[in-house]
Amino acid sequence: MPPSVLKHALVKPSTAKPSAASTRPVKKKREGVAGYVFLTPWMLGLMGITAVPMLGSLVLSFTNYDLLSPFTEVQWVGLKNYARMFGNDPHYLHAVRVTLVFGLVAVPLKLGAALGVAVLLNRERRFTGWFRGLFYLPSLLGGSVALALVWRAMWSRDGAFNTLFGLDGPNWINEPDFALGTLVVLGVWQFGAPMVIFLAGLKQIPTELYEAASVDGANKLRSFWHITLPGLSPVIFFNLVLETIHGFQGFTSAYVISGGTGGPIDATLMYTLYLYRTGWSEYQMGYASAMAWVFLVAIAIITAVLFSTGRFWVHYGENS
Amino acid sequence: MKKAAKLVALLALLAVVLYPLLWMLATSFKPDNEIVGSVSLWPTEPTGKHYPEGWSAMDVSFSTFFRNSAVIAGLAVLGNCASCLLAAYAFARLRFRGRGLFFAVMIGTLLLPGHVLIVPHYILFNWFGWIDTILPLVVPKMLATEAFFIFLMVQFMRGIPRELDDAARIDGAGPYQLFWRIIVPLARPALVTSAIFSFIWTWNDFLTQLLYLNDLEKITVPVALRNFLDSTGQTSLGPMFAMSVLSLLPVFAFFVAFQRMLVQGINTTGLKG
Repeated sequence: MPPSVLKHALVKPSTAKPSAASTRPVKKKREGVAGYVFLTPWMLGLMGITAVPMLGSLVLSFTNYDLLSPFTEVQWVGLKNYARMFGNDPHYLHAVRVTLVFGLVAVPLKLGAALGVAVLLNRERRFTGWFRGLFYLPSLLGGSVALALVWRAMWSRDGAFNTLFGLDGPNWINEPDFALGTLVVLGVWQFGAPMVIFLAGLKQIPTELYEAASVDGANKLRSFWHITLPGLSPVIFFNLVLETIHGFQGFTSAYVISGGTGGPIDATLMYTLYLYRTGWSEYQMGYASAMAWVFLVAIAIITAVLFSTGRFWVHYGENS
Repeated sequence: MKKAAKLVALLALLAVVLYPLLWMLATSFKPDNEIVGSVSLWPTEPTGKHYPEGWSAMDVSFSTFFRNSAVIAGLAVLGNCASCLLAAYAFARLRFRGRGLFFAVMIGTLLLPGHVLIVPHYILFNWFGWIDTILPLVVPKMLATEAFFIFLMVQFMRGIPRELDDAARIDGAGPYQLFWRIIVPLARPALVTSAIFSFIWTWNDFLTQLLYLNDLEKITVPVALRNFLDSTGQTSLGPMFAMSVLSLLPVFAFFVAFQRMLVQGINTTGLKG
């Protein structure tokens, strides 16, 4: 599943409760049965596709399962997989670093671009729909293999980037110092989705606030700092959580641009790409399971940290 | 004057944003000797030859890949819409023991990073003998595992007036009739939004299709595109871009047809593409 979350689930947890129950207790019993009938596919999925596989992978993470030998030959290795991750697997630590750098650079840049363009577009009356739609287009196409192939070609030695700027540059994809940078640019290029959400948020800020501020002699910058940013903070928070979870899971572009290796010398070895390599090139499913669980815990901690800092900078208006 | 400056800035930015897409389109129509090092968006001698070349560049033609992608995306759309609609109705409208808990669990799965499950899924589906079939790609969708769509539909259904339910109840309708006669017809906009996003996400999906489909006869368009890198190297940029353009066309068509609806969908639900 693409890591998509609904705004209301994060921004307004209180509204995410089932609505008031029916007022007719006579039908209660019939409805009770019907509720389970309608939920049957979901419950099957929850058990079979989510819960049981998750527990299974937790168990596997303590074994040396390799996919090829039968289950009877699987050996319990205790915490060895986890110890290996942090002890003697330089690739792993490298992958963690690459993923963190990507997330910490690409996400703020993407959100900054989204906010900047949204503010520019918000006051613009003409062609707003056109601009909004066309800026959004890369978000729909950017995650595809096709665009990753385009990126690979654009940043090559005689690619469009070097030629456009008249550079005698290298093949940026093959440069360990720059390869991840091209992925960051590809990520930032897809700023349209958060931009659309920012635009919707900007429409919610009452214009009277800006009028009152300008009467009080506030300039544009002060209005932005004291009205726009606080008013938009729930939306910024929502986008931040969403894009962070999404960013850390990047796979397709890193895979295609590096030809499946995460190279050059692991420069684009995103976490999921290393997990894929471990599981499907080296058949170390036990180790890959341990990596997946560490990833889950890490994402949970990062999300929890974001939520706890949110208390200090996210302002909910009285009518939200 | 200031307004004009702003418009110019937006147009300049738009040019930068759209350049890679237009460059891909232009390159797919450039003759071979014009491709390398070319930045222009207009081929001097346009040629359509890369399209048939790319279409049959591999041992199996792209018609197979497109058919495979279409079947998987179509079944994913049906599965997501049907199973999530059932679950959403239960959450939004029915009263039963454990609803609050189940709802909380569903919200929890929304935040679950999907990549955590690829290893156990692969082992499970491998054990079922489902490798090189479309089952691992469509069966989970039929079991309402994309909680995102459930939530979207629940939010929508809450906006359907309860008076309609009450009126139907007075006429003797039970929960099943309510579902068919009132919720399904009225929830159509939410269904359409879910269908569009299901389609686009499944069409663009790469990792799961790469994992489960190996046989050249079975692979989908994204997996086939990636094979251009392995089999032909840098020399066949033209055919590769021609097929890239074709692979994006369905998504682009949905974008053109439903642009307003997609943007609305993001606005009201916080959905991202």
